[in-house]
Amino acid sequence: MPAGINFNLNGNEMLYTGSPEARLLDVLRDEYRMTGTKCGCREGECGACSVIIDGKLANSCLVAMGSIDGSGVTTIEGYSKTARFAALDKAYESVSAVQCGFCIPGMILASECILAATPHPTEDEIRTGISGNLCRCTGYNAIVKAIGIAAEEGDGLW
Amino acid sequence: MKPISKSVPKIDHCAKTRGLAEYVCDYDATGMLYGRILRSKHAKADVLSINLPAMPEGYDFIDHRRIPGLNRVHIVQDDTPVFAERTVEYIGDPIGIIVGPEEREVDRLLACIEVEYDILTPEFDARKSPVAFFEYGYEKGDIAIAFAHADRIYEESFETGRQEQMYLETNGMIAEYAQGKMLVHGTMQCPYYVHTAVAEATGLLPEDVIIAQDVTGGGFGGKEDYPSVLACQAAVAAYVTGKPVRVVLSRREDVEFTSKRHPAFCDIKAAVKDGRVTAMQIEAVYDAGAYTTMTPVVLQRGVIAGGGVYSIENLKVKGEARKTNTVPSGAFRGFGGPQMFFAVEMMMSHIAKDLGEDPLDFKLAHTAKLGDATSTSGMHHFNVPLPAMMDEVAQACDYRRKKEAYADQQGRLRKGIAMSAVYHGAGFTGIGERDIIKAVVRLRKDKDGYAEILVANTDIGQGLSTAFTKIVAQELGLPFDRVIIKLPDTGRVPNSGPTVASRSVMVVGELLRRAAARLKDEWLDGEEQVIEERYVHPDFMITFDIDKFQGDAYPTFSWAATAVEVEVDTFTGDIRILGAWGSYDIGTPIDENIAVGQMEGGLVQSLGYGMMESIAAVNGRIRNNSFSDYLIPTAVDFPAVDVSLHVEEYPEGPYGAKGAGELPLVGGAPATIEAIENAIGVKLSKTPFLPEDVVKALY
Repeated sequence: MPAGINFNLNGNEMLYTGSPEARLLDVLRDEYRMTGTKCGCREGECGACSVIIDGKLANSCLVAMGSIDGSGVTTIEGYSKTARFAALDKAYESVSAVQCGFCIPGMILASECILAATPHPTEDEIRTGISGNLCRCTGYNAIVKAIGIAAEEGDGLW
Repeated sequence: MKPISKSVPKIDHCAKTRGLAEYVCDYDATGMLYGRILRSKHAKADVLSINLPAMPEGYDFIDHRRIPGLNRVHIVQDDTPVFAERTVEYIGDPIGIIVGPEEREVDRLLACIEVEYDILTPEFDARKSPVAFFEYGYEKGDIAIAFAHADRIYEESFETGRQEQMYLETNGMIAEYAQGKMLVHGTMQCPYYVHTAVAEATGLLPEDVIIAQDVTGGGFGGKEDYPSVLACQAAVAAYVTGKPVRVVLSRREDVEFTSKRHPAFCDIKAAVKDGRVTAMQIEAVYDAGAYTTMTPVVLQRGVIAGGGVYSIENLKVKGEARKTNTVPSGAFRGFGGPQMFFAVEMMMSHIAKDLGEDPLDFKLAHTAKLGDATSTSGMHHFNVPLPAMMDEVAQACDYRRKKEAYADQQGRLRKGIAMSAVYHGAGFTGIGERDIIKAVVRLRKDKDGYAEILVANTDIGQGLSTAFTKIVAQELGLPFDRVIIKLPDTGRVPNSGPTVASRSVMVVGELLRRAAARLKDEWLDGEEQVIEERYVHPDFMITFDIDKFQGDAYPTFSWAATAVEVEVDTFTGDIRILGAWGSYDIGTPIDENIAVGQMEGGLVQSLGYGMMESIAAVNGRIRNNSFSDYLIPTAVDFPAVDVSLHVEEYPEGPYGAKGAGELPLVGGAPATIEAIENAIGVKLSKTPFLPEDVVKALY
């Protein structure tokens, strides 16, 4: 048996020695006390627990710890220290895109993945990019608008 | 727009985008006991025995026999038990709570409990149920004469479905009992509702109970009544064990066992004379589920909406809420209005079509005007801006051209467009604000000149803390950062009433504005000052008689015109929303972005109510209890909705503001269903309408 699971979390090298079948979501929230990653369903449907694993958006409730050995994981706690976050944050703020906020950490990380793949996305590309992240409050208009604003205002960041 | 309407950054924005906002599930659970609820597996049964597995040290099961106070959750009435005593009334009715330090072990023990039942005969059909919890009605004019003189009489029955609030954060509570004091905190809309309930169930004095709101991940009414239930259960467990108890529902538990929008059945008989509706007789049955929860008030609002936005001279409305052995129905944005408006709007459109008139013109000809009597023989004291709003929406969506273009379609894909007109009565029904709620607000200024807002109303995502801060800062002439608002707890804030009924900005916001105006007048540098304001009933109102349903049910109304355009695939039944347009009069928006965000979100929820969201209960069992089978709109289901604000200022609201939050949910479903009807050419009478319904209607 190897000594544990090595992965990078928000730039820090981590050694996880617990059960490889534990959910990444639970390890983040309960063991590392990083509660910015939210739990909306534990079934991979709502996207509130979205994190970025090796550049791809993933529902952390469906990720077993055993599967992330050698991977890089970014949560909102790490991402919120970046210049890209600052651009998204400002854009979300400018259109008041945050209501109850429970979907928002996941939504911000989904926004990052859209812009990382397509720095100047169309409205359809934005909508598709957040289609795995449910928001019950906004009807999505403001969030879609915010991502478009971030793409313009943050030109060059992505 | 007034200066106050100019948007500012929301004060909860930064904590939420950074993942720092602390919801109840985010508290460190070290040292707490996890709680899970044992629930009935049968819709109606007597519990004969509960056989527990061997309980490890530190684990406990608590049922009704160990409740220190009254085994009742006080909501409007006292019929909901904290834990069932003998008879369980729906699948999911709580029987007890199991608590312990390890979550997995609690789950394992829960699964090992054996309950022996004597199964009884349940009732699932509200129309056949012999138990009417509530019955309300009223009359105006003389319908007998109107029907006797009618040229035509129309009769139809309508049906609306059970909708789930589906806030992203599930219900959750943490209860701590120490030194004779009970603290319960969690996700909620109404701290003082929870306070009354917990004091009663624990038998503690009100002053020994503190209820605090945590950051709340959406409510939409779903956190109006249910948090009282969960808080009582957690508080009882904390009282008995002496340890903090945390109960956070799983998504499936939350969908299956917490209250939803009442399904309703509505029969309308209408008289037409000279091409105009002269009378309506309306009989509605709302499915209350197993306990009464918020049903009396929901039904009142539904019944008052009889006749919709129209001046109908002769009106007889009766509504009943009947008991069924299903999960209790409760509060959901719109609160009884959407069911009644759906029926009236569809009825008006159907009559118009039969008479060969466009429904928009027909509706415009009947719309109430300033000075007209309301359904309950009160008065429209303020201008009714619907004609202008309906015209704005007709222009925005190109209603008349599309109506003509879609008149005769033969292909596989067919389009339809329709418009609804609705209102939402702002504030508590009738004299509720004056006689039941009696709101009190306080402003406390400290020696350094910071003003703190002390109210019990909750920001559940709708932007209330930002709106209140703007009102107080504007009135005091202070920058925002000199006005403080914290999450409310009942130990610190007065009872300014619940966060419901689209009342918070209009009623509580106005009390805060008055308090701020007084503080400004009486301001003393370097001294602490506390200003209190109490609710004053508007003197222009015709006093509402709740027994007769006569008088002004609401001081004023918020208005909405909503158009929806669809394309229906006649082979697959697939329904595509091509556009949705809404014009909303909520008076002066206290913040334009926030107001528009409320309208957009509510409109999308109402489109869900129209063509997507359907809780299926079969023999009392909810079959779709997750995001994978109860679908809510995603970002790709609809194009961007087109929302505009039409401002008709209300002189008694802060800066002219009226009620906002619920309005956008009311009008989307009837516009959607009529648009589908116009596309496929089949008369429809129910919402939601799903692809399978389209196929059934066509073939």
